[in-house]
Amino acid sequence: MAKLILQKPKGFYDSFYRKPGDKENTHYCPGCGHGIIHKLIAEAIEDFGIGDRTIMVSPVGCSVFVYYYFNTGNIQVAHGRAPAVATGIKRANPNSIVISYQGDGDLAAIGGNNILQAANRGEHITVFFVNNAIYGMTGGQLAPTTLPGMKTSTTPYGRDIQNEGPPMKVVELLSSLDGPTYLERTAVMSNASIAKTRKAIRKALQCQIDGLGFSMVEMLSACNSGWKVDPKEQYKWMEEMMLPTFPLGVVKDVREEREGWFRETRTMTDEAIKQELDLTMPEPTIFPSELKKGSYHNPSIKLAGFGGQGILSAGAMLANAGMEQALETSWIPSYGPEMRGGTAYCFVNLSNKPIGSPTVTNPDVLMAFNRPSLEKFEAEVKPGGLLMYDSTIIDIEPTRKDIEVLPVPATQIAEDLGNTRMANTVMVGAYIAQTGIMAPAAIDQTLPLALKRKTMVDANKKALAAGVDYVMSR
Amino acid sequence: MAKEFIKGNDAIVKAALLAGCQSFYGYPITPASEVAHAAAKYFPRVGRTFLQAESEIAAIQMVYGAAAAGQRSMTASSSPGISLKMEGISYLAGAELPCVIVDIMRGGPGLGNISPEQSDYNQVIKGGGHGNYRLIVLAPNGAQEMCDLTFKAFDLADKYRNPAMLLADGFVGQMMEPVAFPAPIEELPAKEWALRATAESKDNLVNSIYLDNDELEQRNYDLTAKHDEIEANEVMYEEYLTEDADMILVGYGIISRILRTVVDLARADGLKVGLVRPITLWPFPKKIFAELSGRINSFFVVEMSEGQMIDDVKLASGCSRPTHFYNRMGGNVPTVDEILAAVREKYTATAV
Repeated sequence: MAKLILQKPKGFYDSFYRKPGDKENTHYCPGCGHGIIHKLIAEAIEDFGIGDRTIMVSPVGCSVFVYYYFNTGNIQVAHGRAPAVATGIKRANPNSIVISYQGDGDLAAIGGNNILQAANRGEHITVFFVNNAIYGMTGGQLAPTTLPGMKTSTTPYGRDIQNEGPPMKVVELLSSLDGPTYLERTAVMSNASIAKTRKAIRKALQCQIDGLGFSMVEMLSACNSGWKVDPKEQYKWMEEMMLPTFPLGVVKDVREEREGWFRETRTMTDEAIKQELDLTMPEPTIFPSELKKGSYHNPSIKLAGFGGQGILSAGAMLANAGMEQALETSWIPSYGPEMRGGTAYCFVNLSNKPIGSPTVTNPDVLMAFNRPSLEKFEAEVKPGGLLMYDSTIIDIEPTRKDIEVLPVPATQIAEDLGNTRMANTVMVGAYIAQTGIMAPAAIDQTLPLALKRKTMVDANKKALAAGVDYVMSR
Repeated sequence: MAKEFIKGNDAIVKAALLAGCQSFYGYPITPASEVAHAAAKYFPRVGRTFLQAESEIAAIQMVYGAAAAGQRSMTASSSPGISLKMEGISYLAGAELPCVIVDIMRGGPGLGNISPEQSDYNQVIKGGGHGNYRLIVLAPNGAQEMCDLTFKAFDLADKYRNPAMLLADGFVGQMMEPVAFPAPIEELPAKEWALRATAESKDNLVNSIYLDNDELEQRNYDLTAKHDEIEANEVMYEEYLTEDADMILVGYGIISRILRTVVDLARADGLKVGLVRPITLWPFPKKIFAELSGRINSFFVVEMSEGQMIDDVKLASGCSRPTHFYNRMGGNVPTVDEILAAVREKYTATAV
């Protein structure tokens, strides 16, 4: 039996079965650096034994068909977005080894921000960046890495740095960030440089395997067809044209200074999940109540005042409590331009049938907490409706005769209790006492939920009771 | 479970977590930021991933990666941000990756404003991204549905391997209402096709490129067959007092809530008015409009846009009945009264 001395690395498919036509050779042009780089990566995947858990991300560009070749999980992605997609994959499965394989148009131009941010996050991925100073797949156009004076199909007179700027040095750019762990530039042009590239690829992958963070190797690579250079001359061209602009070597390597870490995955019980989502409402108690007038049925309520008077929270207090009394309720704050001009308001609906429009032009109830609100909204109240206002603050009287008017010295009552900010709760107490729509205990029950400061619960209970008392003793 | 009194935007996030969503990739934009705020608070608490991406474009691509890896994943944005996500949405649909995208619509075009509009209908229903694809679009009209339809969106996305969208507006997002949350789901659907970084899943490929014309054509036919199946099985809509109606009001989202009150008031005036409210905007409830057009006098469509959904109402009814239109734009939400006045003006009883 013949001794096997050469075989495809196991990181490659035995046969490139996804590739149309020829299943043995790659689709790359003769002399192209991609083939060599692919082989170096495939060998490393085999040697590290990571093929099963590796996901290769194919970009847009000549390497769009990376998935033809690598015997790994494969995903093809949009132009430039590989680092963002790789982020999603790696975060989903911290055990995976995610390799983003990108060219210079993809990575440095359209995907510039994606690579910058992934590097800065120190994303635990490895990027193999092939810099051949040109767009290959789309027909030899200018790349951010195109050299000054270099002719491409979109710089037919040569790259003019006054027009297109100078070439972009990507690893140097990324090295200014604290995020990345390992950045190196190599070249694929001679046995020695290929050996260095091989080593760099392995260091970069090991960096990810060890949980050390973001690693990237920029590889200068030939594109004789794009450059319109005789393949025999291509390495000379690289040496003369590329190396002066793109110096080789390690640009950043802080592997020694970093500790490896891996994102943990967690499973939780249903109860723990509900707890963490604050979905722990106890079954509410329903307190008997009796409406005092038919016109108080299913009210739409507008609460209005200055921002900071607790208008929105008074509304929420009422709606929240209503919900616990098995009513349909809604709460919506004023939205858009109405918020300007001295009045903030919200709408609350309390109903025993499904609520249609959460806002209405003519509310059944208006609670006015300042003079502009009274002036502005008095006319809106539905005939036969109820207007309540803070008579401590508002120094005018409503003029309508076709509605019920109830002045409540809410701020004075709250001040007597030691905190004028509770005028809103006093008003809520007065409202439920006036209408009988719900028992004070119903509001008490939900106060801990309605108030941001839990220390204020007891004081607000007193304010509520004082509002109730005010109406009852009138 | 007892009900929670909660904002629609927050309900989305809690529902997503109960539905087993494992990652949220966001980007700030008013009025959708609240969704990201709630996600940033709650996702880490239950050991799930929240990440603020560098852009809307990156956020949807992170979702693409997460979905490819088999996760239930989501993002949320508002109109201009959704425009940016269109590239990713086309790729997700092309690679048949399930995910949920939330759009809390705002005023446009351009930077527009941050007030509610419904002018994303065309961009999300009629494409927006390139290629023949469909986005499953659900339009909640209150906090309870922000929860229920989030669940539904994840289920439909997984069932059909297709991105699904929750299309709401700042009004529904800001409104607080009682919500009964379901229990956390027991088991996520198995995804044999996903990139799970295992020996068994190693041969999987997530991809949307088919260089061969015939192959890509076939691919499109396959997607069409899937779209047809969704249209046949997943239409959702709500009818209100349509049985004896002469005029059918049509609206979705917050408009449908306002129209419900309009119907009640019109009925009190003796006008036989009913309401059809599409819940799935795609698949659009075509049949009910075709059916109704045989027995009603006219349709009356109300939108917070120039008039986008109205085209689908006309198509579905074969333009066989007058289709009136009332709209507000720029963030103005039409009032019950102004719609009612317009309805009165256009209303005529069907001759018996």
